[in-house]
Amino acid sequence: MDLRSVAGAVAPVGARTQWEIGGPPPSAAAEVRAPDGITVWEPDDLTVTVGAGTAFADLAAELATRGQEVVLDPVDERATVGGILACGCSGPRRLRLGPVRDQVLQVWLALADGRTVRGGGPTVKNVTGYDLPRLVVGSLGTLGVIERVTLRCRPRPEASQWFTGGRAAESFRPASRLTDGGAETVLLEGRRVDLEAQARDLGLVPVAGPPSIPRGSHRGRVSVDPGRLPALLEVLPADVRFRAEPGIGTVLVASDDAAAVLAVRDSAALLSGWMLREAGLPGDDGFGTALPVASLAARIKAAFDPGNRMNPGRLPVAPPPPTVAS
Amino acid sequence: MCWPRSTAEVAAAVRIARRHDRPFVARGSGTGLAGGAVPIGDPVVIVTTAMNRILDIDAAAGRAWVEPGVGNLDLSRATAGFGLHYAPDPSSQQACTIGGNVGTNAGGPHCLAEGVTSAHVLAVEVVLPDGSVAVLGGEAPDQPGYDLRGCFVGSEGTMGIATRILVRLVPDPPAVTTLLCAFPDAERAAACVSGIIAAGIIPAAIEMMDARITAAVEDFVGAGYPRDAGAVLLVEIDGLPGGVAEIGVAVAGIAEANGATSVRIAADEAERALLWKGRKTAFGAIARIAPDYYLHDTVVPRTRLVEVLRRVYEIAEAHDVLVMNVFHAGDGNLHPLLVFDGREPGTWERVRAAGSEILEACVAAGGVLSGEHGIGLEKRDLMNRVFTADDLDVQARLRDAFDPDGFANPEKVLPSGSRCGEMGPIPEGTWI
Repeated sequence: MDLRSVAGAVAPVGARTQWEIGGPPPSAAAEVRAPDGITVWEPDDLTVTVGAGTAFADLAAELATRGQEVVLDPVDERATVGGILACGCSGPRRLRLGPVRDQVLQVWLALADGRTVRGGGPTVKNVTGYDLPRLVVGSLGTLGVIERVTLRCRPRPEASQWFTGGRAAESFRPASRLTDGGAETVLLEGRRVDLEAQARDLGLVPVAGPPSIPRGSHRGRVSVDPGRLPALLEVLPADVRFRAEPGIGTVLVASDDAAAVLAVRDSAALLSGWMLREAGLPGDDGFGTALPVASLAARIKAAFDPGNRMNPGRLPVAPPPPTVAS
Repeated sequence: MCWPRSTAEVAAAVRIARRHDRPFVARGSGTGLAGGAVPIGDPVVIVTTAMNRILDIDAAAGRAWVEPGVGNLDLSRATAGFGLHYAPDPSSQQACTIGGNVGTNAGGPHCLAEGVTSAHVLAVEVVLPDGSVAVLGGEAPDQPGYDLRGCFVGSEGTMGIATRILVRLVPDPPAVTTLLCAFPDAERAAACVSGIIAAGIIPAAIEMMDARITAAVEDFVGAGYPRDAGAVLLVEIDGLPGGVAEIGVAVAGIAEANGATSVRIAADEAERALLWKGRKTAFGAIARIAPDYYLHDTVVPRTRLVEVLRRVYEIAEAHDVLVMNVFHAGDGNLHPLLVFDGREPGTWERVRAAGSEILEACVAAGGVLSGEHGIGLEKRDLMNRVFTADDLDVQARLRDAFDPDGFANPEKVLPSGSRCGEMGPIPEGTWI
C-alpha cells in the first residue's frame, strides 16, 4: 500500500461497524482499505498474521477449524481486524484475557509518506525496539493505515458458560463480569470440571448469555476507575440503557436522548473518567476532553504524519506546527 | 550519581542535568543484561532504588501504586496477605525493581500464561525528558488517544523516568502443581514443549534446563534434579483443583509420548519451592564452573525451538565455548549461557564470535533480539538485522517526540544513523 498514490486526506475504512466512533469522519477524504486474508497461521505457535482488512468473522471461522481463537471479541463480527484495533475497543473477556492491545504482536503500518513500516515481532515475547503495536491500538487511523498484523491466538477453552445468581461475584478469575443493573452475570471459561465445581460451590445458575448491548441512536463508551463504577451507575439518567463491566470500569451507554448520554459523560468526568462517542451526538468532538499530555500526543502525531493527512479530526490532537519553508 | 526520594527530586535532577547539558540515565538495581542502564560518556545517573515505598494496595480492585524502587519479589510478599501477587517474576526478582521491570518490559517464567510487564502496568507517572511530570495511562481502563503507557513500557529509559507505577495484581491460584520431566536430550524436551502448546494447553510456566545446568544446580543447592537426564522441563500448572489435576495428567502423557524417562510431581509446597529454587539460582550456580558468563536473551517462534537449540550447541562447539541452556521454553525465550574464564587468552574473542552467531541463527529462524532485557547497548547495532532503515527511522521519530533534545539515555536502543538523512559514524581521520 503506497499512500503517495492518494492525494489529500486519507480515511482508513474497515466494515464501518464503528464508523461514527471518536471525532467526526473527515469530509472529502480518500477511503483506503487494508488487504484481507490470512498471510501466515502457525497453529502450533499460537500466532496468526492477517491482512488488517480481514473480517473478524472470517478469521474466527478459520481459526476455529483447529480449535483456536483470537481475543478481539467485537460488538459486530463483520468488523475488520484493523478496524477493531484502530478503535481500540476491548471485548467483554478483557477481565481475564486482557484488552485488545495485549493481543497484537506485530504491526505493518502504511504511512502518509508512502512508506510501510513494521514494529514488534512475530514472537509471543519481544522487547526489540519501541512498542508500535500498542501505539496504533486506539489511534483511530491517525498515525497510518494498519495494513497487516500478527496476533496472539489461544486454544478455545474446553468449556465456556455464562452464569448468574448465587455468589457469582466470588467465582475464580471469571472471563467476564457484566451487569445491566440487574443481577451480575459472569462468564466462566476453562476445564469443564472446574466450571461444574464452581457452579455447585457458589450456587450459580447457567444463563443463555450476558445482558445485551444497549441500543439507541446516541451511544458512548465510558471508562472510569472500577472502584468508582458503582458511584457512576447510581447517577445514570433513567432513560439511559447500559451494560457495565465491574472489575474493569467500562460502561456501554445508549439512549435516544443525546442530552442524557452527554450527562453520563459529565458524571464520568466528575469521577475522573471520560466517555468515547460511539454513535450519534451530532457535533460532538468524540471525547469531550483534551487528550492527556496533549503536547506529547501532538508530537507523536507529527512524527508519523507531519502533513496531517491521516484521518484528520478523528482525534482531538493538535495539528502539527506548520513547516517553515527552507 | 544521585538517589532521589521523590518525583520532585527526580524532576529536579533531570532539570539540573539539562541545565548543565548533561544527559541522564535512569537505573534500578542494574540487573538488566543488555546494558540499558550503563552510563556512556558523562551522564547523570538517576538511581531510583531509594524510592521504594508501596504507596497503596487496593485489594478489592486488585491493583497497587508503587514507587519504582520497590523490589519485584517484595511487592508480591507485601500483597500475599490479600491472596494476590504481581505476576511477572524475572529470575532476578529478589534484586530487580518494578521501575526497572517497566523500563525493560521484563518477563519471567510465569509470563507464559499471564503476559509480560506491559500487561500488568495500568499507569505510570513519569518525569519526561523535559523535566515535566505526566501520568501515562490511568486508573480508568482506557485513555483518550494514543497508548502513551504502552509506548513507555519497554522504552529503556529513553522516554523518561518512571516515578510511580500502578500495577495489576492477580489472585493466587487455589491449586498449583509442578512437574519435573526428565528427557534423554534437549531436543526431545523441546519437542515436548511444542506438544504441550499444540495440545491447546498453556501451563503457568514451562522452563527448560540442560544437563550442564542441572548438574551445576545440584552441586549448588541440591534441588533434586535427576543427574542422568540430558534435559529437564519444569512445568507448572495452576488454577482450580479439578482442572490442574486433569492438565497434570495430560502433560505427563505428552512428556512420556515425547520420550521422557521420568515425570515427577512435587509432593508438597516444600518440594515445589525447591524445584523453583534450582531454576532461579541457576545463574549463581554457574560461578562454580567458570568465573565469567555471557547470557543471551532471544526469542524464536516456538515451532523453531528444536532446530535453533541444535544450532546453539553446534555454534558453541565450533568456537570451543561451553554453552549451557536454561530458559523460558514455553514462549520460545532462549537464554544460552556462554560460560568461560576470561583470563585465558583469546577467550573473549571466541565467546563474542559464538554469541553473535547464535543471535544470527535466532534471527534467521524468524526470532527477535530480546525477550525481556531489551536492546540497551549490547544489541543496539544489531537492530538493523531485524528492522529496515524506514522501520528504525519511525522508531527514532517516536523517541524524538518524547525527547526532542536527546537527553534521555542517549546511545541506547537505536543505532546511530537511524533517522533518515542522519549521518552514520564518521570514519576516523575524515576531514570535516
